[in-house]
Amino acid sequence: MKNSTSVERRSERELVVSRTFNAPARLVFEAWTKPELLKRWWVPKSFGMSFVACELDVRVGGGYRFEFGHEASKPMAFFGRYLEVTPPSRLVWTNDESVDGSVTTVTFEDRGGTTLVVMHELYPSKEALDATLAGMEGGMPETFAQLDELLVTLGGSG
Amino acid sequence: MVQYSRSHFDASFAALSDATRRGVLEQLGRADASITELAGRFRMTLTGMKKHVGVLEQAGLVTTQKIGRVRTCSLGLRRLEEEAAWIERYRQLWDARFDALDTVVEELKRQDRIGARKKRERGYP
Repeated sequence: MKNSTSVERRSERELVVSRTFNAPARLVFEAWTKPELLKRWWVPKSFGMSFVACELDVRVGGGYRFEFGHEASKPMAFFGRYLEVTPPSRLVWTNDESVDGSVTTVTFEDRGGTTLVVMHELYPSKEALDATLAGMEGGMPETFAQLDELLVTLGGSG
Repeated sequence: MVQYSRSHFDASFAALSDATRRGVLEQLGRADASITELAGRFRMTLTGMKKHVGVLEQAGLVTTQKIGRVRTCSLGLRRLEEEAAWIERYRQLWDARFDALDTVVEELKRQDRIGARKKRERGYP
């Protein structure tokens, strides 16, 4: 049976996503920290996009970089740094692709064979979180398509 | 940009905590009504009903419009619905990711079991 994902806006600057997985925490943690595993689920087939780059240096101060998009020639880049790495229970990283990026804390709580994953995103301001949610308008792939167009426009005018 | 905040939600819940105000929302769900009509239906003074409508309006649950001398009230749920829709889209994004993560994790579990069995067969503890 499929476990359900919940999202809660806990305050003006915080979003919390939670989900239970039917596996011990060390395996779920592994899937979040090994690039060859992470790239298989971070951009699922339904997004209609593919990974161009997926680099993770999972240690305190280490960086990560994801690049994916509808077309390999125009990928979107997401990058930041790990602030905390505590296997198999806790990961904290920054999202540096925008000044409005959140600090993401993911906890993996082992509950005897199952794992509760809680992803907490703390945004720099209420407006930054509002903008992230507003970016969901029309669904994720469409948002990226719009961004792709915007980038082409910006590139063309530069 | 639609304004949204925790205090906005708090205001909504406070507004909904009163039976008369819930009745007013129910009534407005069927048809728009003037404050005078609402006061009559809920056997209240005009001033009392104005207060209730004011609370609902502040919470974004009701909008009012004055045409001539009549103030007409209608449901103003749009703002809340829009916020809920945003959160739902974000949830769907993560739900799709996590379904794919389930597949990866199941595979790791299978490999883990095979690994443990092989260890036992080799005579490790």
